[in-house]
Amino acid sequence: MYYRSLFPRDLLAELERLQRDVQQTVEPGPSIRGQRRGYPALNVGGTPNAVEIYAFAPGLDPATLDVQLEKGILTIAGERQRSAVPEQATEHIGERFAGRFRRVVSLPDDIDPNSIVARYRDGVLHVSVQRREETQPRRISIQ
Amino acid sequence: MSDTNQAPKSADATREDAALLPPVDVVEDAGGITLYADLPGVPKDRLSLHVEADVLTIDGEVVLDAPEGMELTHTEVGLPRYRRQFTLSKELDAGKVKASFEHGVLTLRIPKAEHAQPRRIEVQVV
Repeated sequence: MYYRSLFPRDLLAELERLQRDVQQTVEPGPSIRGQRRGYPALNVGGTPNAVEIYAFAPGLDPATLDVQLEKGILTIAGERQRSAVPEQATEHIGERFAGRFRRVVSLPDDIDPNSIVARYRDGVLHVSVQRREETQPRRISIQ
Repeated sequence: MSDTNQAPKSADATREDAALLPPVDVVEDAGGITLYADLPGVPKDRLSLHVEADVLTIDGEVVLDAPEGMELTHTEVGLPRYRRQFTLSKELDAGKVKASFEHGVLTLRIPKAEHAQPRRIEVQVV
């Protein structure tokens, strides 16, 4: 997430980057879907062989989770039920998300749509997408 | 029951101490309080619940199966730990707390002490 300049002397650029990062965490992003952060929270990482997406989606029935990959766009959608408040009970704090959700991740071009694995454990949905073999790094011998 | 996490306790809290504040729901009925907390990514054996004096501490460590050499490119959950503290009020019986933890959601039931169970008080019209 944090882009570091290769040329550390460019202090102004670094300051600008810092300002941008601060702004992004405070203000809503320019995304057409509104929130930059929503439910579930996402971490995205990569290795030379695969792209790993972690969706922090606690309290779901894995069977109701809808994970789709279409044209390089990964969509995670579902619904989380509100915890029932019995009659004559008072809700003091209500911070947990409830309702329908949908989050969309645009994946890089070199992924293989046929080798995708999704697991749900401890409230985290982990989607692992392999990269295509011909695009994986290989050593080129010098003749 | 009040949330004591709003103000940082001390400015010199170490970096290792840094933790995310998990979202909670708290519902009270006549028999006690039910607390739900979202702690995604915490395995059962890394969750710790602690009551000392009248302070309830929820502490959980996030464990993700990341392949070796993975570099994160986008991070919304930036710390591998959740922590939140609540001050229990006197009528709650901290010794009888029941906890369950499933799919990253912790459910705590804190009953009210016997003597604090509601009683109907007759209003006499004089």
